[in-house]
Amino acid sequence: MSAAEPSVDLALARAHGLADDEWERILEILGRTPSYSELGIFSVMWSEHCSYKSSKLHLKQLPTRAEFVLEGPGENAGAIAIGDGLAAVFKIESHNHPSFVEPKQGAATGVGGILRDIFTMGARPVASLDSIRFGPLDDARHRHLLAGVVEGIGSYGNCVGVATVGGETGFHECYRGNILVNAFNVGIVDADRIFRATASGVGNPVIYAGSKTGRDGIHGASLLASAEFDEESDAKRPTVQVGDPFTEKCLIEACLELMRTDSIVGIQDMGAAGLTCSSFEMASRGGTGIEMNLDRVPRRAAGMTPYELLLSESQERMLLVARDGEEERVCEVFHRWGLDAMVVGRVTADGRMRIHSDGEEVVDIPVDPVAASSPELDRPAREPAELRERQKLDPTSVAPEEDPEAALEALLDTPELGSKAWIWRQYDQLVQGNTVLGPGGDAALVRVKREDGTPTRKALALSVDCNPRFCFLDPRTGTLAAVAEAARNVACTGARPMALTNCLNFGNPEKPEIMWQLREAIRALGEAAEALGTPVVSGNVSLYNETLGVPIHPTPTVAMVGLLDDWERHAVSHFTAPDLAVVLLGETREELGGSLWLARRRGLEQGAPPAVDLPAELRLQRLLARGVAEGLITSAHDVSEGGLAVALAECCITGPERLGAEIELADRLRPDALLFGESTGRVVAAGADAAALLAAAEAGGVPARAIGRTGGDRLRIGDGRGDAWIDAGLARLHRLWSNALPRRLAEPGEGA
Amino acid sequence: MRFAVVQFPGSNDDRDMAFALKSVLGVDAELVWHRDPELPPTTRAVLLPGGFSYGDYLRCGAMARFSPIMAAVRRFADAGGLVLGTCNGFQVLCEAGLLPGVLRRNRGLHFVCETSCLRVDNAETSFTSRARAGQVLRIPIKHGEGAYYATAHEIETLEANDQVVLRYCEPDGSVTDAANPNGSLGNIAGIVNAAGNVFGLMPHPEHAVEAAIGGTDGALLLGSLIDAVESGERTLA
Repeated sequence: MSAAEPSVDLALARAHGLADDEWERILEILGRTPSYSELGIFSVMWSEHCSYKSSKLHLKQLPTRAEFVLEGPGENAGAIAIGDGLAAVFKIESHNHPSFVEPKQGAATGVGGILRDIFTMGARPVASLDSIRFGPLDDARHRHLLAGVVEGIGSYGNCVGVATVGGETGFHECYRGNILVNAFNVGIVDADRIFRATASGVGNPVIYAGSKTGRDGIHGASLLASAEFDEESDAKRPTVQVGDPFTEKCLIEACLELMRTDSIVGIQDMGAAGLTCSSFEMASRGGTGIEMNLDRVPRRAAGMTPYELLLSESQERMLLVARDGEEERVCEVFHRWGLDAMVVGRVTADGRMRIHSDGEEVVDIPVDPVAASSPELDRPAREPAELRERQKLDPTSVAPEEDPEAALEALLDTPELGSKAWIWRQYDQLVQGNTVLGPGGDAALVRVKREDGTPTRKALALSVDCNPRFCFLDPRTGTLAAVAEAARNVACTGARPMALTNCLNFGNPEKPEIMWQLREAIRALGEAAEALGTPVVSGNVSLYNETLGVPIHPTPTVAMVGLLDDWERHAVSHFTAPDLAVVLLGETREELGGSLWLARRRGLEQGAPPAVDLPAELRLQRLLARGVAEGLITSAHDVSEGGLAVALAECCITGPERLGAEIELADRLRPDALLFGESTGRVVAAGADAAALLAAAEAGGVPARAIGRTGGDRLRIGDGRGDAWIDAGLARLHRLWSNALPRRLAEPGEGA
Repeated sequence: MRFAVVQFPGSNDDRDMAFALKSVLGVDAELVWHRDPELPPTTRAVLLPGGFSYGDYLRCGAMARFSPIMAAVRRFADAGGLVLGTCNGFQVLCEAGLLPGVLRRNRGLHFVCETSCLRVDNAETSFTSRARAGQVLRIPIKHGEGAYYATAHEIETLEANDQVVLRYCEPDGSVTDAANPNGSLGNIAGIVNAAGNVFGLMPHPEHAVEAAIGGTDGALLLGSLIDAVESGERTLA
């Protein structure tokens, strides 16, 4: 053992974030005191980030199977069959803590990490989405964070040649101390060529490929991602890694080239906890062991210790197991792409991880107790004491909206609802040439091509959603709403929602109230996924999203993948032609709780969030698929934040050309609930034949009413008694909506 | 192979260019590796695609111009061969001295991805023959460094010789500062060399060849190149 290494004891274990009982367990497993390197390994492998120890027990309840599911949770990403012999491989993952500490590199490496999860499976990454959330933009720090995160996502995604086709951006006080950056990617692969992260075949070579290993990102997983923020967090900046999208691009091409051969047995990216996590996971899945020599690891800095080499989170690195004898062929491909590749070890039969450095054995640990049998906690959970109080809202105490038109204008001007063009203009939305619908609509639509470039008729519809205000007021209903909305958005294009991935962003699970939120959300996620027939095929849990004890709102981000059989037959979210019938699908109830109107116009974050009726949701989504396929629906837009008035305005102003509408909304509900309430399960649809659409809705068991027609350059919403609640010129609405972000960022917007 | 699409490490639109030429426009196109010392002997046109060659961590295109294939591209161009560079390919052509000027950081300092309106100012080239003079094309741009810059003398020469082929414009064809997405001098979006056989442009014609994915105006430019290659072959025959 090197003389420079500290002596290992309970105090050092605690400094590594290990609990006292975990320390006891280590002593039991090894039958001796661990070496410094071994302690490092246990600390990262058993960190919340790598082990999911607080959530594992609950995640087991999720529905993960269906006939079309080829790979569920447990691999690098989920995979579903999409016909034509192809599979879609996808996952969403968080990079919250690094992005708060260093927004550009944090977000960039978040994109890089999720891309590796996809091409590790043999799939070419084809489209990305991002769900990002910040504190209020009147805070200079959050303007800086937004600009940095967007630049990071753009600089990485653009350079690596993967289109960013959509996403969502949210703002709320609760993210002031802890922003969220969740990155989603989907790739396409031949269904019979999916690769797994397994180390099988005793004697097979273990090959390291990609960037050299440096000292960056050591303990990113254990100390940064698995703890709350405090005043000292800035000192953690060195635990953030730096991304190199050019190397990643070369790595993608080299890996995909190799995966077309039979040289590769298994492959895993070195993400969180780097070489340690990847080798343990591969050996654990293969039921094998690995013998590795650290002297052969390509390195960026001289004098790196075994501890550093094992825990570095340097980006753009892969670990491969090749067939014996194929070493040279594999390394040659990486070398042609200008990348390092080196045989660093062999697969063994003894189920142990044995690592040598400089002639000494520095690690000798049985694989299974560290990887597969990592701790699983059943943490105590308790409903927050103030929750019931928060859910109470006496509607009579809420003053009615005095000026609906002013309210509409104010809502369109919020950062939440304003145009996000300033953000997505900075992303390459087009590369790979498949973007049928890019950002700005309900869902993105991406045509499917084979790896050889042959196009298919199919397209994937993609959406990512969560309403944290709903989740704060009721984590269960809020999570149901997130799944329902993601599926509805996908359905608005005409696609069938197929399967989902999720990123559960919560506070400190050691607090029973947070654990309760997490449990409620996971239960609801399972319930909604089951009811809508969209299994959970991959996901990620991000805990400890708090600063100085203040947690974020529970934010279970849901990304849905849908399938459209003919990409040329789809609906868009904006009105497409004058004189179309506008039909409101779904039921509007008097539900103001949790609405953006209530938060912005009355300063209240209160009440029960709108109810979610999953069977009604399913009927609506089936009607949309049928209506689009039969040409009854040419545009469909989900009614969500801001309610019906905002949805109608968006239909008018978000298309390439503005198009007005004359709407009548006679109803018994109080007008502000009708206009701005956020009842779920609703869609504004437009089509040429109102009678046919209403008949289809009736046959499909979906409440529907014709509410007006498209045309003109104004949005008029009449009260059914001859007066108009809203009668607004579209040019003005468009200007307010377009400038909502630029004016807050002091960036050029749309002129008068 | 008649249409050679050069693949640098970090090229991103290489496969898209090959797809546009081969699968949509129906000509024989293949990728050519940047380290190859020669172009395939059947090459009739060379395309330098968009992307981030070598990561573009230095000036865009500054590394790619030293790739072995670029010497062959230069010989091909010097012999009158048709060369088209889009986005990063335009930057490489400028860095290699095959076109005058440079592409600088966008004036807004952000990467910009959007559909641009482009006025055809010279429809007599091998790259624009299918368009009309004054026609407004809708073709996407996506770049962070697309502000065309050249010396006053170079600009004067370009203008005098009708080498400015495309300019950023309003939908009605008027050339305004508001229509300039990146701060290019004279709203310049694309230029040809004096001999008329080397064309560089920041917009991406390969991303506007299918009606439902970006429109078909890009096919006018790529189609013009195909026409030029085919008429050249007829002349040779």
